[in-house]
Amino acid sequence: MVNFEINDKQYSAPDGTLIIQVADREHIAIPRFCYHPKLSIVASCRMCLVEVAKSPKPLPACATPVAEGMKIWTHSPCACDAQKSVMEFLLINHPLDCPICDQGGECELQDQALEYGKDVSRFTEGKRSVKDLDIGPLIKTDMTRCIHCTRCVRFGTEIAGMRELGATGRGEHMEIGTFLEQTVDSEVSGNVIDLCPVGALTSKPFHHKGRAWELQQVASIAPHDCVGSHVYVHTLRGEVMRVVPRQEDSINEVWISDRDRFSYSGLKSPDRLLKPLIKKNNEWVETDWDLALQFTIKSLQAILEKEGGRSVGALVSPSATLEECYLAQKWLRGMGISSIDHRLHRMDFSCDSGGPSPCPTFGLALTELENADTILLIGSHPRTEQPLINHRLAKAARKGAQIIMVNPIQYDFNFKVAAELTPSGGQLLHPLLGIMNALLSQKNERPHFAWLTPFLKNTVSTPEEKQVAEWLGRGNKKVAIFLGLQAQAHWHASALQLVAEALALFCQASLGYLTEGANSVGAWVSGVLPDQGPGGISLSEGKGLNAHSMVKTPLPAYVLFGGVEPEFDLANTVAARRALSESAFVVAFSPFRGGMCEQYAKVMLPIAAYTETEGTFINGEGRWQSFNAANPPPGEARPGWEVLRALTALCGGPGSLYSRSEEVRDELKHIVQNVPSVTLPSLEQRFRRIEPILSESKEGLRVVTEWPIYRVDSLVRRSKPLQDTAASPLFRARLNPKTASLYSIKGENKMRIRREGEFECILPVAVDKKIPENTVHIASALEGGGNMGQQGAVQVFLESNKDA
Amino acid sequence: MDNIVCFRTHHLNPPWSLQSYLKVGGYSAWKRILVDKVPRQTILASIKASALRGRGGAGFPTGVKWGFIKAELPGQKYVVCNSDEGEPGTFKDREILLMNPHQVIEGMCIAAYVMSATVGYNYIRGEFWEPYQRFEAALEEAKKEGLLGNNIFGSGFDFHLHTHLGAGAYICGEETALIESLEGKKGFPRYKPPFPATYGLYGKPTTVNNTETFACVPVILEKGAEWFLKLGVPGNGGTKIFSISGHVNKPGNYEAPLGISFQELLKKAGGVRQGHALKAVIPGGSSVPVLPAEVASTLNMDYESLAKAGSLLGAGSIIVMDETTCMVKVLARIAHFYTQESCGQCTPCREGAGWLWRIVHRITQGQGSLKDIELLEDVANKIMGRTICALGDAAAMPVLSFIQHFREEFVYYVQHGKSVVYSQRTSRSRKFLDYSGEVGGFISFG
Ligand SMILES: Cc1cc2nc3c(=O)[nH]c(=O)nc-3n(C[C@H](O)[C@H](O)[C@H](O)COP(=O)(O)O)c2cc1C
Ligand code: SF4
Ligand code: FES
Repeated sequence: MVNFEINDKQYSAPDGTLIIQVADREHIAIPRFCYHPKLSIVASCRMCLVEVAKSPKPLPACATPVAEGMKIWTHSPCACDAQKSVMEFLLINHPLDCPICDQGGECELQDQALEYGKDVSRFTEGKRSVKDLDIGPLIKTDMTRCIHCTRCVRFGTEIAGMRELGATGRGEHMEIGTFLEQTVDSEVSGNVIDLCPVGALTSKPFHHKGRAWELQQVASIAPHDCVGSHVYVHTLRGEVMRVVPRQEDSINEVWISDRDRFSYSGLKSPDRLLKPLIKKNNEWVETDWDLALQFTIKSLQAILEKEGGRSVGALVSPSATLEECYLAQKWLRGMGISSIDHRLHRMDFSCDSGGPSPCPTFGLALTELENADTILLIGSHPRTEQPLINHRLAKAARKGAQIIMVNPIQYDFNFKVAAELTPSGGQLLHPLLGIMNALLSQKNERPHFAWLTPFLKNTVSTPEEKQVAEWLGRGNKKVAIFLGLQAQAHWHASALQLVAEALALFCQASLGYLTEGANSVGAWVSGVLPDQGPGGISLSEGKGLNAHSMVKTPLPAYVLFGGVEPEFDLANTVAARRALSESAFVVAFSPFRGGMCEQYAKVMLPIAAYTETEGTFINGEGRWQSFNAANPPPGEARPGWEVLRALTALCGGPGSLYSRSEEVRDELKHIVQNVPSVTLPSLEQRFRRIEPILSESKEGLRVVTEWPIYRVDSLVRRSKPLQDTAASPLFRARLNPKTASLYSIKGENKMRIRREGEFECILPVAVDKKIPENTVHIASALEGGGNMGQQGAVQVFLESNKDA
Repeated sequence: MDNIVCFRTHHLNPPWSLQSYLKVGGYSAWKRILVDKVPRQTILASIKASALRGRGGAGFPTGVKWGFIKAELPGQKYVVCNSDEGEPGTFKDREILLMNPHQVIEGMCIAAYVMSATVGYNYIRGEFWEPYQRFEAALEEAKKEGLLGNNIFGSGFDFHLHTHLGAGAYICGEETALIESLEGKKGFPRYKPPFPATYGLYGKPTTVNNTETFACVPVILEKGAEWFLKLGVPGNGGTKIFSISGHVNKPGNYEAPLGISFQELLKKAGGVRQGHALKAVIPGGSSVPVLPAEVASTLNMDYESLAKAGSLLGAGSIIVMDETTCMVKVLARIAHFYTQESCGQCTPCREGAGWLWRIVHRITQGQGSLKDIELLEDVANKIMGRTICALGDAAAMPVLSFIQHFREEFVYYVQHGKSVVYSQRTSRSRKFLDYSGEVGGFISFG
């Protein structure tokens, strides 16, 4: 601790604290532009100059640490003169076009000019003007306004991990831009909009849509991943105008992903469902809520009576709120429907009958992740799955963590990866077994793991796997293991989960799940599972079908809740389409119409989208985060929980009249607190279930699919700016050059992919070295991708190019 | 007493070869240090006692600077030679590299030994192609001779020296910008502290010295600190290379003792052009304050005397101007240089240097007003002392000193729309120093 004075008042702070940090803590105003608490210090704008006793020159507060006995004046004539002259310099070449600049009203230059600027300029020469750049559909540039603070440049190197923006040219010819005329493609690029103190980098979708001071701000939680980023929703006359980050250092710090920032565009899609609709004689007819709900209940009851409880399948979005999830399962179970699930991407549930599924949390707090020593990610591309977890991983890597990836294909990481294991044919299980095997044969073998040895009798560890085992098994190190989306969607998902559990147990590591949607944990807690009720309690009777089985063999009726679009969202879209089209009754609770839903549904009920309803998400850390609605839903759409409340009431369910959504949440909380914690059968018992998989052949060609970053849910899929980015992939079968030549396939060819009796699909080929051998990698959830079946073994043929 | 330190091989043919250098006693200090295992502290004490001051411009005592590096601490350390020589008026390092490259190498070797650095770099100005080749050739000779490399003379000491050619930026002469540039980044000066002695090249302790500074070191160790100190005046050890340019009969580099009188030095350069009178002198390179003839004529050329006279010795680069010189136009030229060479990272220098130039340029176009003269002074004062590196000061100091000493010329130009000098002279000499800067990269709204 050191003691010092600012403006003649005594303060103390830990050694090394910067003057500006103390000033911020004490609410002493010091103007600044280049300084940002989350970025490195360059001390180049010179706006924060303050007077320090014994220093002949004013010193930058952002780069000068306090020292014992230091005397600092932030508003003395010397300091003010320095600050005012820097302001004058900044303004001489600034266009001062505030009336037409989007930053007006929230511009740091404008605000500080008010205090430190003059009303008349002494600069009578011509002003600088700089050519604008087109850096993509998200960020609008007006580089003449740039004040060269380089926050955006430092953000690129230090946070986004991609050097996309840089300062070229020298002196007054210095310009911020992309080095080659490129777009900015980082998945967190939008943050430069908030960082840029002036109107040089602004939001393109928000361009000239409203003034900062007209907007209303409501705190909310981002809905596209399980991080639970804190955001503000800004609305103007009931319409969402933009979404910006809300600081929460333990979660998203001051950042949000582009997906969370720009998805709101989808709220204004022409596809919005505005009124309850019932299909009559193949025509959609508008109706009122009462009739629509009555009709829904009657139709479902008729089918249930005729075909029994297993005849209806309910698919709930993993981004539905906790309240929606809880009320949905309550209503459905009350109706006698037990096939309820939210794990839409998943196709392998072979573990389920081995006991209840564990709650899919991260296993540790995000702040702890940053300090882990060794991190093993299985089947995960964190940059696109959970961009802000990727940021924590990058921080961990910078602190020296060994990060190991076991993935179906090679990805571009923006941090140092210690090892990247990409087995042929997407067979993720085998490297995991190899690592387990190497761990077991290490010197520090533990006798209570002896039972594992027979399961590994066919496993031989590669040198790479041995190396990874060594990193994992060092002891005294903080190890975190994660199963990513690709592991959960994998054909061996259950086995991967078990081996990961064994690895975690052996290495005393945390085991976590990076799940789909914003509320997978909430869905689990609410009991949106076929065999587990609220609080995760195992149901001894009334077990239903899981998401995959629900469509594998078509059911007579389906309930889709929360904008689920099975033709995009399910693991097996071919089966999903068939099942829905053949069913007698489908009711869709969704903010959107359009797409295939119009064909297979019989009733469409308009519910609120995410900014339009209050609710709660539980993030991957297990935090319950409630939020309010920011704007009313359009037309006759109603918040999902209200619709479900009405349905429960109509069905005569007990205690179904909640007046506020908090009552729903609190009821569930009460249940959760009183439920005994989930106990799983022993690992050994559960391993027996996967024994047949262990002896499966790993040969053969396999399709691996992946949900692209901007195709994960119905809202994102309708956000035009996101769809326009370079991150929107083409519908292509990507394969390794070796594999391609094995089948005499070339880059310009088309290829026919087939699984006997299941599906057949023709698509263009892209040859790519990043794809391991025996793997066909295809992006799912794309328009036109509807004929692609689920992942796994396939046959492929060269398709003669008919257009050529 | 001339040509005894940096230019001591000048009389040999060719002056730059290893043979010639050995002939004048070169590398004897280096060999003795390694063979006798002379303690670091002994060498350091000699350098301190010699009152060798940095020849790059700031005149910081070299011994003190070397002492900042904790040689005994483990880890990589670096010595870096600053041969970026970009300041207008300065051309001494070029000649040292061309004529006596081995002495720079030996100086760097000794510095590396003192600071226990095993790797060194010589950062040579991008335009210095010939000096670069000469230095590279000297390095080859030295390596062949076993003067560089691993386990030199069986001493267990390793030193590897590399040359790096710059890409043409004045700012890369600033030591931290030079370090950034060596690291492969854009030449932006770093905020100090931390200084290079604690956080230098690749974040490791580094000492950066000027070419001439390094070239002085071997002689000090050969002939003794006392001998070197006595060449000059107290606190200003040794001889210095003075680069003399402008209106003199024999412009060029002159090695002369520090403290030599300006008159004597001017005589060496053949005096002011025939039939002309001395008007002004910039005594240390374009960035230091200009001095009028009356002040300059009585000067002694050492660090303290010049500071007392209101200027700086800088790199010892003397620009001599006679009465045909228009001070407004000279300032316009200098201001343009700093506008173009500002790195652009800090606001006062990036925006202010160009503003200064535009005002002076406007005056030279007959578009100035009396207010502009005050504005010039005010803007210059707002740059001074408020930037990351000293380039801001370098842009401001000429403006302030030109106006201080030659205000009436500026007033005349503003009032008459032409130079007081040219109005008294023939049209032939008008071309001289006439300068009109281009308006690059700007849209002028007139
Ligand atoms: C803008 C600027 C340009 C400089 N250019 C040079 C240069 O070309 N050569 C040089 O030796 N020092 C130059 N310097 C000084 C160096 O920063 C540094 O002080 C010097 O290399 C230290 O060496 P010395 O102690 O031997 O003088 C420059 C400084 C500034 C601020
Ligand atoms: S574009 Fe904005 S953030 Fe980037 S340097 Fe310019 S003013 Fe700073
Ligand atoms: S905020 Fe301190 S120099 Fe920019």
